[in-house]
Amino acid sequence: MAKIKFTLNDEIRTVEVEPNEILLDVLRDKLGMKSPKCGCDRGDCGACAVLLNGKSVRSCLVFAIEVEGQEVRTLEGISQPKLTQLQEAFIEFNSFQCGYCAPGVIISATELLEKNPHPNLEEIKEALSGNLCRCTGYTPIFDAILDVTKRRKK
Amino acid sequence: MAVVHEFQYHKPTSLKETLQLLAKQGEKSRLLAGGTDLAVYIKEGLEYPESVIDIKRVPELSKFEVTKDHVYIGANVTFSDILENQKIKNNWQLLWESARSVASVGIRNRATLVGNICSAIPSMDSAPALLCYEAKVHLRNAKGTRQVAIDKWWTAPRKTVRKADEIVLGVSLGKPSDKHAGCYIKLGRYGGEDLAQAGLGLLVTAKHEYRIAWCAVGPIPIRAKKTEKLLDGKALTPALISKAMDLVLSEITPITDIRSSREYRNHICRIMLQRGLEVCNDRLKSKKVDTSRILGG
Repeated sequence: MAKIKFTLNDEIRTVEVEPNEILLDVLRDKLGMKSPKCGCDRGDCGACAVLLNGKSVRSCLVFAIEVEGQEVRTLEGISQPKLTQLQEAFIEFNSFQCGYCAPGVIISATELLEKNPHPNLEEIKEALSGNLCRCTGYTPIFDAILDVTKRRKK
Repeated sequence: MAVVHEFQYHKPTSLKETLQLLAKQGEKSRLLAGGTDLAVYIKEGLEYPESVIDIKRVPELSKFEVTKDHVYIGANVTFSDILENQKIKNNWQLLWESARSVASVGIRNRATLVGNICSAIPSMDSAPALLCYEAKVHLRNAKGTRQVAIDKWWTAPRKTVRKADEIVLGVSLGKPSDKHAGCYIKLGRYGGEDLAQAGLGLLVTAKHEYRIAWCAVGPIPIRAKKTEKLLDGKALTPALISKAMDLVLSEITPITDIRSSREYRNHICRIMLQRGLEVCNDRLKSKKVDTSRILGG
């Protein structure tokens, strides 16, 4: 066991991990962050996405021990102190059905709008190409993001 | 999913320390940068290293230099780093387009180009660009350094000439001194994230020098020497392109797998060469061409 210290949603956390423990499991089972989900478990589906130093990564492909001293942000952190404009738009557009992909999609879309506040549809599709949603056909997800970019233009 | 296999974790902060670890543990250890391949291999029981050496804190391995005629990409440089570099976007179009086609943002933020060539999967997107820019792989062990030309780097699927006690410091790329244009054309099953069924990199100079390289259609990525020889010194015409297309099947050796059949790959590679040459020709005339939908949506 090794003790690691890192910033999780603006709080400094310390946790004991084995080298073979995956970040996704540690976040969910040891630190109570249930928003990242295990989908494919091999980096293809995007359900486990979290922000590591501001960039989206697949937490199922990161060993927890690697994030010593780094900054991790999950949906729990993004949603504080209140839902973001993007999250409100997802609600308004009924963007999700079962919701399993939602945390990952929100992480990817948040990262996109951070880098590029006014993406076009193609850019949105490219940014979300690593997030699989099997309920919606993606249309209400894209509509919500486009709506946010439109509102921000005003 | 919990990982069953147990290993030791090392986090060296200098190259010297890394090399000492490698000299001691060699074949029993694996180097970890982005981990997008290694984590999957360990999880799925394809690799059982006794130790994992995380190189992300070694400053020398994060070196990333871009000039007009030279690029150096250190072992820790990710595909996102490459994509976000404006000089690469403007002057190294083939490299930029191949980085763009790797998986998705969440993978590119972590996956490194050096990791890509070390994993040596036949469909690796970075290979055609490195072959066309005639890259050199810089290796080091406790005894010294050596360089390997990229066309001598791969020996078989998932195999390279790297020895167990060596680390890849980075790769360096050069390019033709004449005015030239390039492109990367990738066939996936759909527009989003997918491994290549076939990948083609091209560099064409204004003086009609041609560099052509394939990935995913043979055990290792290759330069298409016969096609290059046919085209060299000649301006592109529809008749010449058609002759070049007829050589494609003599250079590639695709297999049938889960992503595509051998016959389909044979067919589509001819089309890819045709469209790729046309794109380079257009770009040489400063015409703007987007290659992302060139094989359909």
